[in-house]
Amino acid sequence: MSQGEERRLRPPNNTLNERAVAWWRAQWLLLTLAPVAVLAVLGALIAPARTWLLVPAAVLAVLGLACTVFMPMWWFRVHRWEVTDEAVYVRTGYFWQEWRIAPMSRIQTVDTVRGPLEQLFKLSTVIVTTASSKGAVRIEGLGHELAAELAERLTHITQATPGDAT
Amino acid sequence: MSTVAVPAPGEGWRKLDKRTLLVTAAVMSGVACGAGVPTVIGLAGGMGLGRALAWVLPPALLLIAGGTGADYIRWRRTRYRTGPDRAELHTGLFLVKRRSLGRERIRTVDLTANLLLRILGLVKVRIGTGEQTGGESTLELDPVTRAEGERLRTELLDRTPSDAADGAHRDGMLASLDPRWIRYAPLSFVAPLLGGAAAGGVMQVGEWFGVQHEVLVWIGDRFRGTSIVVMIVVLLAAALLAGVVGSLGLWVEMWWNYRLEREPGGTLRVRRGLFTSRSVSIEERRLRGVELVEPLGVRLVGAARVDAVATGIAQDDDDKHTDLKTLLPAAPRALADEVAARVLRETTSPTSTARLTPHPLAARGRRLRWAVGSALVPVLVLVVLGLLVTDVLLPIAAGCAVVLVPIAVALALDAYRNLGHGLSGGYLVARSGTVRRSTVVLQRGGVVGWTVKQSYFQRRAGLVTLTATTAAGEGGYHVYDVGAGEGVAFAAEAVPGLLEPFLEE
Repeated sequence: MSQGEERRLRPPNNTLNERAVAWWRAQWLLLTLAPVAVLAVLGALIAPARTWLLVPAAVLAVLGLACTVFMPMWWFRVHRWEVTDEAVYVRTGYFWQEWRIAPMSRIQTVDTVRGPLEQLFKLSTVIVTTASSKGAVRIEGLGHELAAELAERLTHITQATPGDAT
Repeated sequence: MSTVAVPAPGEGWRKLDKRTLLVTAAVMSGVACGAGVPTVIGLAGGMGLGRALAWVLPPALLLIAGGTGADYIRWRRTRYRTGPDRAELHTGLFLVKRRSLGRERIRTVDLTANLLLRILGLVKVRIGTGEQTGGESTLELDPVTRAEGERLRTELLDRTPSDAADGAHRDGMLASLDPRWIRYAPLSFVAPLLGGAAAGGVMQVGEWFGVQHEVLVWIGDRFRGTSIVVMIVVLLAAALLAGVVGSLGLWVEMWWNYRLEREPGGTLRVRRGLFTSRSVSIEERRLRGVELVEPLGVRLVGAARVDAVATGIAQDDDDKHTDLKTLLPAAPRALADEVAARVLRETTSPTSTARLTPHPLAARGRRLRWAVGSALVPVLVLVVLGLLVTDVLLPIAAGCAVVLVPIAVALALDAYRNLGHGLSGGYLVARSGTVRRSTVVLQRGGVVGWTVKQSYFQRRAGLVTLTATTAAGEGGYHVYDVGAGEGVAFAAEAVPGLLEPFLEE
């Protein structure tokens, strides 16, 4: 094994669709709004505990909004993907960075999923599963057209591969 | 799992064995007795034996009749057949379930028979495919005659002996039971668990009969005049003894008549069991490697267990705990290596010959920090409580620290020593763990992808955790805390061509 030069995985070539940033922001916003709204309503109704409810609500709102503004920009930089003729390669995360590689010859299914919020932003998630229960590769936040095209291409390649991919 | 529309009305449909009614009736009678007898005893005190019987007997008979009737309907409505391409099972009363498995997808045919079935000469057959989707892809025939079970097994797993038979490796017996292995049984974690269960069981039964308090008083009386420490020690020893006896009994029940055989055509077959006999068949085509498992107690006396890493081992079993994947129970390490080699058709086992590369020192630091950290949590809790509530807890906290921290450090150092990975011929070998040390040997061709994970702290320490994903066993096997460059190079070398396009020098 080559000890001399440090071998590293290079970042995958492609970034996600720019709309993914807006999609993530919407998710953060909803995630922030739900508890803040509950706390605020309770604070408005229950006079004796007003400070104890409104202060956490304000703190949550500030934190949530900060996340809404900054996290998606950051995520956009760290989430990358690439599909070659031989493999699917995805990198996600920053604090828990994760590189996933699935060879084309072992891919069993290719799914395209669109959540309600994703629909709104015209985004899709492509899920590539292998025979392993732990080997699924997800590419979240691709544009509709690109996702469809990618799924078709992957299906095409995997159908051409003989064997049951285990 | 694929369902077909109504199959062509053809020949070859078989029914389950009719004696299933007898089995159900017997089981139901057992349930009725188990529930009825204590009820009668309880009621007899209040209303006299005759009236108690009059109250309890009719529902009991109804239960037995109902259960048997339901089973009769199930028997009437269940049929199965094995054709040249498919194995099919139709069952169900209102919702008719038609399940059919492609013959070429069938990977395992397991036979089990509990005592009742064995007396009647019956077996339960479970036919599984290589899919990990749980119960959807298995056919269960409960029950058929033993001869029919054997016929199904040989027929469904019979494949033309291909390249598998390479002459150099023998068919037939690979390992059989050595009664001396029983000495490893109490060393597993089963013994203390069973001990605890026994103590709990005594209290539970006591509660049923409303004499829990008396039991406690009786135990208290035995120890009158002795200190509480002696009492605790004696009670713990008693529980442990019960656990040891229980684990010995369990071992005998599970492993009696154990045999590991290779059958012509490339199927591994494990047969075992004293009361409940089990036969587990694993097609060698499905085998992706083996795992050498050494729980701490077993490892200290130089023994190891061998598990199969294979696709399509049924996981939704009633006796989930009697690991269907175990090829060899805890046995001397040298023998375990030898059996692993025989199973893999190698002359020497990669588990013993592979030169494992140790992991960077940073991995030791991480383990030490985790271990000491988790040892200090209870100590800290005790200290805080001690300062807030009562001073008595402070010496206990000090005692905990003195005992727990060295144990934690020892375990952490051992965990670091056990970390290793390497390549050996066509296999990749990864070892980790201290309480349960596992050495997994995976065919390099069986790796269906790589996952590389790096937490923020791992990045600062220059480590990564590799996961080789595979269709078999747990779905992924980890190489923990390997040096980042070394790990990527290892992954690239283990599966040539996969990682190269994504590497930068």
